[in-house]
Amino acid sequence: MPLNSQSELLYPYRRSPDQDRALSAPARKPVIIVGAGPIGLTVAIDLALKGIPVVILDEAEGIGVGSRAICFSRRTLEILSRLGCGDQMLEKGVQWNTGRVFRKDRQIYEFNLSPEQGFKHPAFINLQQYYMEGYLAARVQELAARGATLDLRGGNKVTALECFDDYVSLEITTPDGPYTIEADWLIACDGPRSTIRSLMQLDFKGRVFEDNFLIADVVMKADFPTERWFWFDPPFNPGQSALLHKQPDNVWRIDFQLGWDIDREAVIRPENVIPRIEAMLGPDVTFELEWVSVYTFQCCSMQRYRHNRVLFAGDSAHQVSPFGARGANGGVQDADNLAWKLALVIAGKAPAALLDSYDSERRQGADENILNSTRATDFITPKSPISRLFRDAVLDLVEQAPFARPLVNSGRLSVPAIYDESPLNGADDPSLPTATRPGAPLVDLPLPDALGSWLLKRAGGRFQLLVIDHDIPAKEPQGDTFEVSGIDIAIVRLSTTNAPLARPRYLGNAASAVYLIRPDQHVAARWTSYNRSAITAALHTAIATVSEPLSEPA
Amino acid sequence: MNKLNIDANLDDPDGFYAQLLALHEPLDEAASHALNAKLVLILANHIGNREVITQAFDLAFKSTPRSSHTF
Ligand SMILES: Cc1cc2nc3c(=O)[nH]c(=O)nc-3n(C[C@H](O)[C@H](O)[C@H](O)COP(=O)(O)OP(=O)(O)OC[C@H]3O[C@@H](n4cnc5c(N)ncnc54)[C@H](O)[C@@H]3O)c2cc1C
Repeated sequence: MPLNSQSELLYPYRRSPDQDRALSAPARKPVIIVGAGPIGLTVAIDLALKGIPVVILDEAEGIGVGSRAICFSRRTLEILSRLGCGDQMLEKGVQWNTGRVFRKDRQIYEFNLSPEQGFKHPAFINLQQYYMEGYLAARVQELAARGATLDLRGGNKVTALECFDDYVSLEITTPDGPYTIEADWLIACDGPRSTIRSLMQLDFKGRVFEDNFLIADVVMKADFPTERWFWFDPPFNPGQSALLHKQPDNVWRIDFQLGWDIDREAVIRPENVIPRIEAMLGPDVTFELEWVSVYTFQCCSMQRYRHNRVLFAGDSAHQVSPFGARGANGGVQDADNLAWKLALVIAGKAPAALLDSYDSERRQGADENILNSTRATDFITPKSPISRLFRDAVLDLVEQAPFARPLVNSGRLSVPAIYDESPLNGADDPSLPTATRPGAPLVDLPLPDALGSWLLKRAGGRFQLLVIDHDIPAKEPQGDTFEVSGIDIAIVRLSTTNAPLARPRYLGNAASAVYLIRPDQHVAARWTSYNRSAITAALHTAIATVSEPLSEPA
Repeated sequence: MNKLNIDANLDDPDGFYAQLLALHEPLDEAASHALNAKLVLILANHIGNREVITQAFDLAFKSTPRSSHTF
């Protein structure tokens, strides 16, 4: 229910020349993305930065309004920094470290997300999703103004599609009537009720949680601390849970668990919402409602995220309950994973089979997110008398027995997936630290300013070879890049003298290390020294290309 | 030691059993269930070994009919 609309028409409908083409000769595009939500925009920017022309279609003409994501993880900030939006997110976002858990009217414990040193980005920021989408949409427009072929079309609703072996044909409805357009590759980022998924009659299976949540964003002037407060069974919402979380602009996110049998229409009426919030905040706090809605949550996933020429990313592929903030954070990792693979396939540098690794890697990521958010939801919304009994037993013990604290689950905050089983992983030297093993995203590292100040500012967007405390043998190419099978690998040289945290994060007890890094900043393979043919083999593995047999000189 | 000890291991079995019943004595059925749940959590944490705990879960589960109603 819109109470204070934020919507702006960021990408109003404009007629495209593609709409004037003869029915028999529709335009054909290399990539069409359906959905300009956070995930569609992220993939679009990543592809555009790699030189791929992209058309983005959205039935709306501006960013979505309402209460959606507010917590963005470090990994999301790292990915969006690579794409040029990270600093805005960081500047506007609210940082928080302390969480408090209450039961009835008592605090039962507090935790601190103790900021680990040596990362450019905090573990989490809070920021309204409409800001994130606004920054991404502005970045799309900025890149387009600078010459990228990035065409964001508002007021374009996909209503039909036909899949062929080597392209997809879409029927679009616009205020000027329908038109047809074709794409070599279609990326469906059209959200949890994906039109593309239904048109293709694909399953979206999982679990609906029998519970309702009232989600309110309120503006208060009060000086509440920047913390996350979670209540089990509070006096103002007996038998249920509640959450209070800070966002920028003095906006606070309030979640009230409501139970299953409720009148969804009635609970969101201001005369019913306001007394609830007053009871929570106390009588002296003045506030205004920005947005109120009721949600039922589910955890669902498609069985496969690649269907030949159609790729599903974000909520269209998988949906999670918001406990743990894994929806958009997971989807941004989909985008990060997909863009470089599709760009290499389109450039003819990798086989289409590389896209199957998008499916397997990101399904693993989604499975982890679904597992974690299902467990949190089961704790918050016990599904049977016995699960409530154990939940309450944990809460009863928490104050006296520290062991019970880690059992309290009000959401496990999103961490990036480590693709341990990925077919793209190459050699590993187990003497190197486990946190940076093949499949893992790089762990950030402060660098001297001359080297780019942070490792994750230097890394990504292309294949790289991270060479630490090591000299590349004199007979090997010494420049800043070398080429393997048409793919440039950029060399990044570091030493533990100028980047001391490289020791615990990348070397462990080893004297030196060489890491092959994928364009999405995940580790592909690693060794303790440079070996050209091993690097070549690992690169081939990382792009799903069968390697020539190694002809290693003896 | 990753094996659940299923041999007799308590010094005074009758005393232990009486103590357990005495603990439940003042409680109604719902409170007894709550107490048992806490005992499971406390003892499992003390054991601290998932393999052993899994064997205990299996033993308890296999010796319990799916439904306690007998017809
Ligand atoms: C209450 C709540 C709290 C949340 N909190 C968090 C959080 O803290 N952290 C987090 O990471 N995630 C959170 N999420 C999840 C997050 O909001 C979603 O994961 C995210 O919006 C998914 O982005 P998307 O781009 O995949 O899809 P969407 O944001 O749903 O975007 C889909 C787009 O596709 C367009 N579209 C749909 N159909 C068509 C069509 N036929 N033709 C053209 N266009 C179409 C729509 O107009 C829309 O713009 C929360 C969600 C809710 C509801």
